[in-house]
Amino acid sequence: MGKTLLQKVWDLHKVRTLPTGQTQLFIGLHLIHEVTTPQAFDALRERGWRVARPDRTFGTVDHIVPTRQRQRPFLDVMAEDMIASLERNARDFGIPLYDIGDDRQGIVHVIGPELGLTQPGMTIACGDSHTSTHGAFGAVAFGIGTSQVRDVLASQCLAIEPLKVRRIRIAGQLPNGVYAKDVILTIIQRLGVGGGNGYAYEYAGDTIERMSMDERMTVCNMSIEGGARVGYVNPDETTFTYMEGRPFAPQGEAFARAKTWWRSIASDSDAVYDDEVEIRAAELTPVVTWGVNPGQSIGIEGKVPTPGGADQQSVADALGYMGLTAGQAIAGMKVDVAFIGSCTNGRLSDLREAARIVRGHRVANGVKALVVPGSVAVQRAAEREGLDATFRDAGFDWRDAGCSMCLGMNPDKLEGNQVCAASSNRNFKGRQGSPTGRTLLMSPAMVAAAAITGVVSDVRELLAESPAGVR
Amino acid sequence: MGAEKIQIVEGRALPIRGEDMDTDRIMPARFLKSITFEGLDTHVFEDDRLEAKRAGRVHSFDESKYQGAAILLANRNFGSGSSREHAPQGLRRWGIRAIVAESFAEIFFGNSLMIGLACVTASAKDVEMLMSLVEGDANAVLTIDLKAGTCQANGRTIPVSIPDHVRDTLMTGAWDTTGLLLDHYEQVNAVAEKLPYLTGF
Repeated sequence: MGKTLLQKVWDLHKVRTLPTGQTQLFIGLHLIHEVTTPQAFDALRERGWRVARPDRTFGTVDHIVPTRQRQRPFLDVMAEDMIASLERNARDFGIPLYDIGDDRQGIVHVIGPELGLTQPGMTIACGDSHTSTHGAFGAVAFGIGTSQVRDVLASQCLAIEPLKVRRIRIAGQLPNGVYAKDVILTIIQRLGVGGGNGYAYEYAGDTIERMSMDERMTVCNMSIEGGARVGYVNPDETTFTYMEGRPFAPQGEAFARAKTWWRSIASDSDAVYDDEVEIRAAELTPVVTWGVNPGQSIGIEGKVPTPGGADQQSVADALGYMGLTAGQAIAGMKVDVAFIGSCTNGRLSDLREAARIVRGHRVANGVKALVVPGSVAVQRAAEREGLDATFRDAGFDWRDAGCSMCLGMNPDKLEGNQVCAASSNRNFKGRQGSPTGRTLLMSPAMVAAAAITGVVSDVRELLAESPAGVR
Repeated sequence: MGAEKIQIVEGRALPIRGEDMDTDRIMPARFLKSITFEGLDTHVFEDDRLEAKRAGRVHSFDESKYQGAAILLANRNFGSGSSREHAPQGLRRWGIRAIVAESFAEIFFGNSLMIGLACVTASAKDVEMLMSLVEGDANAVLTIDLKAGTCQANGRTIPVSIPDHVRDTLMTGAWDTTGLLLDHYEQVNAVAEKLPYLTGF
């Protein structure tokens, strides 16, 4: 009987079964950032422990960094304290840090892959729930809390329970104007925001196989929004082509040997899954969230639900918070802010696609629009292609790399009850920094469409007008 | 590590009604901007509390009758979203020592275990019964017995579930895992030595 990638990677990294029944799992790569680590380093100091594998630990700053006016010290004293704390910890414990001013700085889930740190067959941990992103490479990547960060720093291991595997097969050609973001939002809508509890999601099928690494990262990134802590795609030629020549990837003949090993850790064709789900790509449409969790979404042509049945309370509560009327169309809803960026959709291909929609248009009156590249490398590459000029000419702000308006921990925040069309991953109440702010999640192309029309719009209509035609 | 052994959690309870209560609501991100966990107790559900106040309602955490509660009652998928440990840290520092919910999000559940905050599940019907009970009588004392897998309240006993390893971890005080992971470190090195991405392909 064959094994899944998850089982193979688990077996390779298992140290022992702990007396508690959990698995002690070796972590091949530990990524750290400023927000979830200070207390973990304090615990190490209190107990006189060292970092077990500083050579397998890499840091950057992303959550609290401003996306403009980045001179130090930051105006925000608490942000300055937090970043200074990580700098001190990295120095004291011998951990490489890609800090503000470094060409390698960026959102932790964007730079790991870019630098070739993220590789197939690895176990990866990071104090951030979107660590599932790295699963796009066939890694098993866990989002963890600060006490677990302490564990990984001190021991390079996690105490963790085994996961079941659900294979989600997506078959067929995605229609024009339908993107990886729409695929994952559809999966979350169908299986529920808690549907993945206890599971790793294996994304498979020809739709996934045709996706670029950027697109696969978008899908894996939001696994956690479906309750699945881990999501992955089996590594293939697309993975290897992406990795070749990256700074931390194996070089020369070692790369060829690595490919053989990477292929061997993919799920076997006769692997047995705990559950299977099928999705037909041709049925998908652009998706927009209407509520206060990522599962509360509808197609762009759809109408927001009417409270009723088991979800009555949560639907009514969400509609009230969002200021929506039961049964109203989502298309045409006015937006105040358009945000393109985040670890979900802040990569070069996302910016290219959004720029393609924006070109030749202007941001609608009264809309504040910003583009925040996921990393300095994405920013530079986009600038080399002139994408910054496209966005600026249209009236967007072009910012420096960071998490920005995804989570309201830095100066980029919603104000009052503004409505934001966002390419990020969470539409929770207050998520974007204003306790009454309202978030509509969608693909970056859909955000671009909302920015130039001023309302939630069907990007397919704009694409039909665009001379570039079919994707 | 010599962490506290937890078998019985006894105390008054406070209900938080609603599905998919995410960690952004439990602890809004702006309160993560501190290099310690101190003071997080004062910000638990801060924005929900403001929202309730504006709507002329009183949030459970602001109800005087629930002050001093040790047990939180919740519905389905409690603690979804962000991996921020600040959420269970805030609840624990406020005084919550156990949560009874229909279900938990996985990362929140693990984070809670790491700080000795006991999370147990009960059926929707039983959670509703407990919520109604404490809404009617906030002085009702609940007794969660991890070993027996029960929660008693006002003479009624309901079954609660907790995975075996979690129960054992809490009852033996092994929830502070770092020491455990550092034992037998030669086994850790042995695993690392056979990983081609560490040894060189």
